[in-house]
Amino acid sequence: MKKLTLQGKQLTAEALIHKIKELHTPGETVRLMEVCGTHTVSIFREGLRQLLPEGIELVSGPGCPVCVTDQTYMDKALAYADRDDVIIATFGDMLKVPGSYSSLSEAQTKGAHIHVIYTPLEIIELGKQHPDKHIIFLAIGFETTIAVIGATVKAVAASGLDNVFFLVSHKLVPPALRALLDRQAGHIDGFILPGHVSVIIGEEPYRFLAEEYHIPSCIAGFDGVEILSAVVNILEQRKMQHFYVGNTYHSVVMKEGNPVARQIMNEVYEPCDDIWRGIGMIPESGLSLTGEYATYDAEIALPITLDRPSKEIKGCQCGSVLQGLIKPNECPLFGTSCTADHPVGACMVSVEGSCAAWYKYGYASGGLSWED
Amino acid sequence: MCLAVPAQLISINESIGTIELTGATRDCSLLLVPEAKVGDWLLVHAGFAVQIVDEEEAQATLEAFRELEELEEAYFAGKTANS
Amino acid sequence: MERVRLVHGNGGRFSHELTEKFILKYFTNSLLALLHDGAQFDVPAGRMAFTTDSYVVQPIMFPGGNIGKLAVCGTVNDLAMNGAVPQYLSCGLILEEGLPFEMLDTVLATMADMAKQANIEIVTGDTKVVKKGEVDGIYINTAGVGMIPSGISIAPSNVKAGMDIILSGSIGDHSIAVMGQRFGLSLSESIKTDCAPLNHMVHDVLSAVGDKVALMRDPTRGGLGTVLKEIADQSQVGIRVDESAIIVHPEVQSVCDILGYDPLYLANEGKVVLVVDSSVTEQVLSIMKEHEEGREATCIGRTLDKNIGKVGLQTALGGIRLLDLLGEDQVPRIC
Repeated sequence: MKKLTLQGKQLTAEALIHKIKELHTPGETVRLMEVCGTHTVSIFREGLRQLLPEGIELVSGPGCPVCVTDQTYMDKALAYADRDDVIIATFGDMLKVPGSYSSLSEAQTKGAHIHVIYTPLEIIELGKQHPDKHIIFLAIGFETTIAVIGATVKAVAASGLDNVFFLVSHKLVPPALRALLDRQAGHIDGFILPGHVSVIIGEEPYRFLAEEYHIPSCIAGFDGVEILSAVVNILEQRKMQHFYVGNTYHSVVMKEGNPVARQIMNEVYEPCDDIWRGIGMIPESGLSLTGEYATYDAEIALPITLDRPSKEIKGCQCGSVLQGLIKPNECPLFGTSCTADHPVGACMVSVEGSCAAWYKYGYASGGLSWED
Repeated sequence: MCLAVPAQLISINESIGTIELTGATRDCSLLLVPEAKVGDWLLVHAGFAVQIVDEEEAQATLEAFRELEELEEAYFAGKTANS
Repeated sequence: MERVRLVHGNGGRFSHELTEKFILKYFTNSLLALLHDGAQFDVPAGRMAFTTDSYVVQPIMFPGGNIGKLAVCGTVNDLAMNGAVPQYLSCGLILEEGLPFEMLDTVLATMADMAKQANIEIVTGDTKVVKKGEVDGIYINTAGVGMIPSGISIAPSNVKAGMDIILSGSIGDHSIAVMGQRFGLSLSESIKTDCAPLNHMVHDVLSAVGDKVALMRDPTRGGLGTVLKEIADQSQVGIRVDESAIIVHPEVQSVCDILGYDPLYLANEGKVVLVVDSSVTEQVLSIMKEHEEGREATCIGRTLDKNIGKVGLQTALGGIRLLDLLGEDQVPRIC
């Protein structure tokens, strides 16, 4: 596949910045939320923030699965990790996430069996290699990952293995956006929508943003240039006062998403209310295994009780950060007791958490600390 | 929230495909894209292809960017000519 | 005798046998041949550099090299980074019981090869064998000494604002060659470790313009990002580097894309970062390009008198990204 050359990229970006400046009224504040954590990282890595005219703010949203995973979920995972007959299989993302009293990487140093995988399909091999152990896969993630894990659940069922289970904490993007808008109106002027989630769900599930809330939005790819072109699209919608779900990632985001993937998700899971770290319960924003697949639910197959209650981290403002209500540096813990090397909150742990990004990319004091 | 990369499908063995990216090949599940054919570009997330890349659309996006690029070049050329 | 046994480390007949059949087969020089408790040699007057490093790597054999190559090149390069001409090396082996002799043989042959290439002698050593499971196959420690030619002074304090930063070639190759095979990836043959002795190239640069070279560092563990940040901190300067000048081979970039790794923080074993007076940049580049290890050498940035302690990477889009030290190890991510 052809790609833009580096020089082409630079010129294209400059052209897009010109368009953005034309569409933006100086002095006007426009707060755009990039919902997806991968966008957050791209924005920092490519230094997009400084290229935008003053007034256009990019606010990080709740699209970081590690950040929104509830404390109690981590405590359950850690309780399973404590058992000698359990192997925890997990994406690398989860290793450092703090539970109430420990983290998986800490448990690992104490001898827990923790296996980092690249693809969920590896759990089938793990199950075969360790017939005397229970393999528990930490099934986190948004729609993109849910589709992949849903297909894995079916593959496990087809394999006949009876020692592979899923500890499920999936999160759905559209209900979260609705909750965000319901809780505090007016603080977001547009959404840069997650490209890879949209690959699965398509454009339709976001229509309520335009129709019910009159907010522009645009699905974007992950390159700096693609993100800028989504910003242009959103500003154009604002200018025309005509709101719809824009899509600048047509190469992989079809209007109807991926119907095969959606069908598998519907077959394997059913929606449930779910708790988001720092935000609380959001109706119908999670999924649980359903029908014959419920037997692969770790909590049903191997019930576990926590011997200590989960506790919230005092002072941690991850919830407000995730909703775009405050900036990371406005949290009292940021940069003091919560740092990249000794994170307290999940937004500092995750590579794509907004606190981690602000810290790592030099925004610790609120803006980029670099003199030109 | 979801890292995914485009890679080309070079062979298929039932529901498992081999994908190639410059320099690396790897197995990848085709369960979510049953209609994929050898030669297709696939978007791959966590060992699964999650979509077939629409190459016409990819080309169209690239061309739209190229037009912007040319616009910018013309703008700079104009600027240099004026100064 | 197919595998290493514990008796091969007990100091008796079996140890002698191992030394004669393997060590002396490859490491041959007049100092080692004495098989004394140490090597004795004369030293000229002047400044000497002395360094040590321990090598543990899994897998032991990887595309383009093995642990033996790392053990010689790593220490040779550390000496070279001090401005020294590497001269003698020690070699401490810790072997796991059950290690196939064939593997030991390959590793030692590579070490001998590399020592020859680097023009250095392995003059003393030690071998221990530990129980199965106590080490992972083979661990190697090497220490090295070398003389620093007069007039050469390599130190962070020599770095001043307005100097150029030169990188000898592409980044990330070593890490990807070693780690890339995990996670079910099959790598193309073009991905190989960049591990190589840099002393000849460095020597040529120093012979020509030694007094204009302020600092040299090899961006091994922690990667280029970490080394640049360390230079900014230790030398109390700011650093601005240009992303588009830093070479990442497309093969390495694709594996990074798949696994979610940042090439700026991947280890290199045959690269050097030089901070030089800007008057000699072109000359240094042309000297480096004459060597295989420096064929892709480029000037990637400059030191500044502001932004002290900070490293700003100018991105392809024209923005600035600050680089910090490597934090946690990189692991494959979904996000």
